[in-house]
Amino acid sequence: MDILQILLSESFWAASLRIATPLIFGVLGALICEKSGVLNLGIEGIFVAGAMTGWMAVWLGAGLWGGVLFATLAGGFFGLIHAILTVPLGLSQHVSGLGVTLFATSVSYFSYRTALPTVTSPPRIEPFRPLDIPILSDLPFFGPVLFQQTAMTWLALFMVGLVWYVFNRMALGVAIKAVGDNPNSIDAQGLSVYAFRIGSVVAGSALMALGGAFLTMSAFDAFFFGMVNGRGWVCIALVIFASWRPGKALLGALLFGAFDALQVRLQTEVGALVPSQVFLAAPYVLSIFALVIVARSADYPRALLTPWFKGQR
Amino acid sequence: MPAIIQMNSRKVLALNGLSKTFGSVVANRDVSLDLYRGEVLALLGENGAGKTTLMNMIFGHYMPESGSVDIEDASGVLVPLSLGNPQAAIAAGIGMVHQHFALAENLDALDNIMLGSERLNGLRRYKAAARDKVQEIMKESGLSAPLTVPVGRLTVGERQRIEILKALYRNVKILVLDEPTAVLTPQEADTLFKNIGTMTKSGLSVIFISHKLREVLAFSHRIVVLRHGAKVGEIATSQADESKIARMMVGAETEEHTRELMLPGKPILRFERVSAAGRSRRESLERIDLVVNKREILGIAGVSGNGQTALAGAISGMLGLNSGDILVDGITIKDGRPSVMVDAGVGRIPEDRHRDGIVGAMSVAENMIIECLDDQEVQRYGLLKWDAIQASAEKMSVEYDVRGPGTQAPARLLSGGNIQKLILARVFKRKPKLILANQPTRGLDMGAAADVAKRLLEARARGAGVVLISEDLDEILSLSDRIMVIHDGQLTLAKTRDRAELGLLMVGDAA
Repeated sequence: MDILQILLSESFWAASLRIATPLIFGVLGALICEKSGVLNLGIEGIFVAGAMTGWMAVWLGAGLWGGVLFATLAGGFFGLIHAILTVPLGLSQHVSGLGVTLFATSVSYFSYRTALPTVTSPPRIEPFRPLDIPILSDLPFFGPVLFQQTAMTWLALFMVGLVWYVFNRMALGVAIKAVGDNPNSIDAQGLSVYAFRIGSVVAGSALMALGGAFLTMSAFDAFFFGMVNGRGWVCIALVIFASWRPGKALLGALLFGAFDALQVRLQTEVGALVPSQVFLAAPYVLSIFALVIVARSADYPRALLTPWFKGQR
Repeated sequence: MPAIIQMNSRKVLALNGLSKTFGSVVANRDVSLDLYRGEVLALLGENGAGKTTLMNMIFGHYMPESGSVDIEDASGVLVPLSLGNPQAAIAAGIGMVHQHFALAENLDALDNIMLGSERLNGLRRYKAAARDKVQEIMKESGLSAPLTVPVGRLTVGERQRIEILKALYRNVKILVLDEPTAVLTPQEADTLFKNIGTMTKSGLSVIFISHKLREVLAFSHRIVVLRHGAKVGEIATSQADESKIARMMVGAETEEHTRELMLPGKPILRFERVSAAGRSRRESLERIDLVVNKREILGIAGVSGNGQTALAGAISGMLGLNSGDILVDGITIKDGRPSVMVDAGVGRIPEDRHRDGIVGAMSVAENMIIECLDDQEVQRYGLLKWDAIQASAEKMSVEYDVRGPGTQAPARLLSGGNIQKLILARVFKRKPKLILANQPTRGLDMGAAADVAKRLLEARARGAGVVLISEDLDEILSLSDRIMVIHDGQLTLAKTRDRAELGLLMVGDAA
């Protein structure tokens, strides 16, 4: 019953980072899409597609990194569908996004059942193992928390830095920010608004799929129906919490991960006193509170949700 | 001077018979014109005369149906320009500043200027070198703007300078400005043209689009007039005067509306120490007093964003007061809701006519009755009398010259000028005692603007009071009996009708 003891334990922080990993991929992906001006509600389905494709590829013998590659391809594919519908065709981003989520989820379940019509429990794969880095992983506290995570967690942390670098140090990122604020600024330079937006949505969706792949290839070792369980939606909220900044996106994902890790531990401590549903809901309730506080000052990309058509200025 | 320029200068741009149609509408018909080195060419014409379309064809945004464009290359020879390709236009040294700025407001000026001229796959950017170059250009041209503040926080004048700097940064030889002064104060406009003068000395050629005769006469070397998409005249500025150009623009001598003097009657609108909150402190009204009399037009001059919106909101009942009283025809309005103000006899011509003036999805006829749904002519026992509504809409369309696809068509299909005529018809039919006209001619061509002016003067002769809020000083001067200047939410009665002094008041420099 000692919260302080939980907060100081290594396993709590290691679990927070582990739980945050898929969210980091998802938030970064959603952030890239939205920076270019396209909301991607396909994220939930793209998580499922990434989880299913990555795991299936490994099971069919592609190897773990092969699985990662196939997951990004699947994410990019569904992102491309969303991008074509919303960018050159200018359809409602909400409707198209929800459509992609339904489509990607169903296709994933369908492929699973088609490939494995008879099994009751899915075949296991050999997932990513925690990296055991000599010396570093033996450090007190930091060793278990940071240096005994899997390669995918490290990839997620690296992506935070990469996305930050692209948006703050490269001309490409500046151009994506411009297209999400005023597409005419890009058009006036003779550059293609469509290319920037489609590219951003495809790249962002590929990252989202890695969030799903983490679930089947790192956190667990098989694909289950319903395993994504709303993580995609959480990412959409976290982007607003992060005010479209990669650093804050990492912070938001970690915060959510910490809430989740905390509720599991508190449940075992005081489970007899409080119904377990309260703890299950806690991370979501706390994210809503965090959103309410932070979102007022959020810095929305001005052209978010606004389709742009060539020749109409 | 223009003649000298043409003789001594090389031709840098030649348009040969450009034509463009959109559907059945001819935007440009066989337009040819030349531009010389170091020249300022004014492209003049009414709304819809095809000025912007012509410039968009040079810049590659539109593909012409016929004709060609030749542009001087590095060795000074005229070569054909690849059309419909903005990148080719940029590479050939053409820069265009659009009327609606193409700036990303979340980026600072430097990022905006560099946008598009950097390699996108570069792993790092060279901002320091770019900043040096921009500062050099600022020194040479006299244009200056803060480089490190997000553009969203800058003024329109600063944003426009950034747009021009962006073009100069690409070493343009030809700069196209689409209505550059539409959003500027008179002082800012004068500074802009002075800077343009400096830039042309170093060889830049400038085409600017305008429909303000005064600045065209003051700052150009040569004037080309477009009407209905075709070039109808070309004249050296030194040989031009206002009536000559106006005749070219509209095809006949413009009717100079005469404002006969009238003896104002009793006060129809009175503000007593009115405070109302706008979007920011400078757009809020702070204890202002104001009187408008019958048979009087009160002009409110000022740069937009100085409290005009709050003032209009208070008069129309759209904005609640924090303190103070509003009296219409001697009666204090206690609960200033829009419907109360309409019933009190206030007619409103809103600033944003598309957003606040009409319901775009409803028909022209429905939009005409939208303020008088209680009238017995329109309904009985809550049932609309469609035949009567239709007949009156037809009659009003003829009377107010509302043209378009008919009274049954959705109002959004009308052009801007016809939407304004629809609003005029609706407002004047009720014979309001007080008319609030907020930017009533913004974006209208001369014909439609003259119509608005005529209606306002008629209402005044009938005994109504008019509050005319406008950024167009010429309009204020020609229509108003009295002029007040609004700045930072404060109203000052102008004792002068001198443009320069009014301009100073508008920027808060009490002379």
